[in-house]
Amino acid sequence: MAVGRRRGRAAGATGRPFPPGTYPLVVVGSGPGALQFSYFLGRLGVAHAVLSADPAPGGMFRQFPLYQRLNTWSKPYPPVPPHSRHYAWYDWNSLLADEPRHRALVPEFMKGDSYFPTRREMERALVAFVRRTGVRVRYGCRWESTRREPGGFVLGTSDGEYHCRVAVFAVGMAQPWKPEITGIEHVPHYAQARPSGQYAGKRILILGKRTSAFELADALLPYCRQIILVSPRPPLLAIHSHSTAGVRARYLLPYEDHVLGGGVVMLDAATSRIERTAKGFRVLASGTTRPGDFMFDVDAVVAATGWTTPLGDLRTLGVATFSQDRIPALTAFWESTTVPDVFFAGAATQGAVGLRKHGVPSNSGGLGGFRHNARVLAAHLAETRFGVRVDRPTLEPDDVVPYLLSEVSRSSELWNQRSYLARVVSFERNRGIVDEGILPLQHFVDTRGPDAAAIVLETDASGDHHPAVYQRRSGKVSEHVLPGDPLHDFETASHRAQLAALLQGLI
Amino acid sequence: MATREELIDLLSGLALFADLPRPQLEAVVHRLEEEYFAEGQRILRQGFSGSNLYIILEGEAAVTIDGTQRSTLGKGDFFGEVSLLLGEPPIADVVALRALRCLMLPGPEVESFLLTYPHVTYRMLQAEARRLRNTSLWR
Repeated sequence: MAVGRRRGRAAGATGRPFPPGTYPLVVVGSGPGALQFSYFLGRLGVAHAVLSADPAPGGMFRQFPLYQRLNTWSKPYPPVPPHSRHYAWYDWNSLLADEPRHRALVPEFMKGDSYFPTRREMERALVAFVRRTGVRVRYGCRWESTRREPGGFVLGTSDGEYHCRVAVFAVGMAQPWKPEITGIEHVPHYAQARPSGQYAGKRILILGKRTSAFELADALLPYCRQIILVSPRPPLLAIHSHSTAGVRARYLLPYEDHVLGGGVVMLDAATSRIERTAKGFRVLASGTTRPGDFMFDVDAVVAATGWTTPLGDLRTLGVATFSQDRIPALTAFWESTTVPDVFFAGAATQGAVGLRKHGVPSNSGGLGGFRHNARVLAAHLAETRFGVRVDRPTLEPDDVVPYLLSEVSRSSELWNQRSYLARVVSFERNRGIVDEGILPLQHFVDTRGPDAAAIVLETDASGDHHPAVYQRRSGKVSEHVLPGDPLHDFETASHRAQLAALLQGLI
Repeated sequence: MATREELIDLLSGLALFADLPRPQLEAVVHRLEEEYFAEGQRILRQGFSGSNLYIILEGEAAVTIDGTQRSTLGKGDFFGEVSLLLGEPPIADVVALRALRCLMLPGPEVESFLLTYPHVTYRMLQAEARRLRNTSLWR
């Protein structure tokens, strides 16, 4: 990085923070991923700037979900105290905070008539988080270009150039994406769908059978004459896949309508062409699970075909992508696999896929998961790039087994990020027994280190939730699956005895 | 990077999917997930349960047992199927020798996938037979 340039300051003459200049780290974005990451960087004392093109905090929640209610829970009557650390498992929507008074902000703004907050309630909670925690953002500052310079990067913005050693992009995964289908440019994406009442009496075809397609179908159910959902594969439901990658039960009324023959049709077919007609659209498709050609004349078509990461010019910089070019390929600590010192926070952290045990993906595409990634990433960058020493408490030998079992039973980090984030304890003669904190499981199993144990929560193909322990002895990592429990109580005498036996010789 | 059309074209050129008509190839592209692994990254882990099935679209991977490289895999090869069919943890690591792009099918979906696409199952059996023959030739 060039020296002697004007150092970044906290606020410019206009009162907006972070004028163009040089900062150790620059964060792009002001959605929950950016806010959460900036909060934890601030707690660790890492100086940084946060830039956003938006006029206010909230990111995608300033606009989505389109039909105004989330599908992730914030439970008002949880079995643990609302401001305790473990409440986060019962509240997937609030950002995390070290101070109890800043936790659980989303339920504070909910009316109490649903355990799914509305978009507006969510947005208000994010605004409150910014105000109360003092997270600062330079709004109205659009990131426009990226280039390397010795020792770092230059981010060109609508306000000028920012020089930094590390760039972290928390730009969400909220840019509409459509597959290549002839004529698809004529139809709106889910993001441009009209209010549901405007589809009254119409026959509508929805391209897609994932969450946004079902959310749309659910909203249109009381209005449309017929709804046809078309995509090449059958729908993947959360209750079958045991993960939020499937369609949540909240949106399954259209599915039931289809099963009962009530007017909704779900078809497994590959759409080949969309044509405009005098009255609407003609859609041509070929069956996949059942052969045959189909032709639909409908009043409206909506492409609920998903989203992509707005990567700007990062591909030109060398950032590798996958999933049809929609997601950056990331290391276990959410760094581009091809451009060192370019990191991601927020929904794009799903680019670090982890072990995907039993096929279960991380929950990094949702706030419930990526908020935990943000804490881990902030600590990782603070230590590895900026020389900050992160406190690691020591444990007494008798406390290790109860501590690990308590963590896997209660902690939202492990429940929200199954087989992905782990609680790690190391055993070294000169340091004693050290709580290394929450770390990516992939990092633990694939890198060298001292003798240690990592515990995670896993879900197998039958849907059974159970702890799994990975222990590293003399550099070799082995896996040990502990039994599940019908009440998810992993602190039984049997679990204690099995874990103690596993860790014999380490403690 | 590959678009949906490019992925379908890629699949149609792989022996495993050579018998599928285009609509079914499109369904397969929707059902399998594209994943990317950097050089040196482990994909399959010896002794770890809950693995998945992978089909290589691009790149090269090493099969290692207890740290010793036994073979390499390239475009069109697949791995992870033996442990899934037997319900046992893999007996080898598979590590990316250079950037590796794969299609991944979650382990719990493999049985229904193979029953849905019997032509793929047959091609997979042929590949397994070749592997068995080659192993026998070395004895």
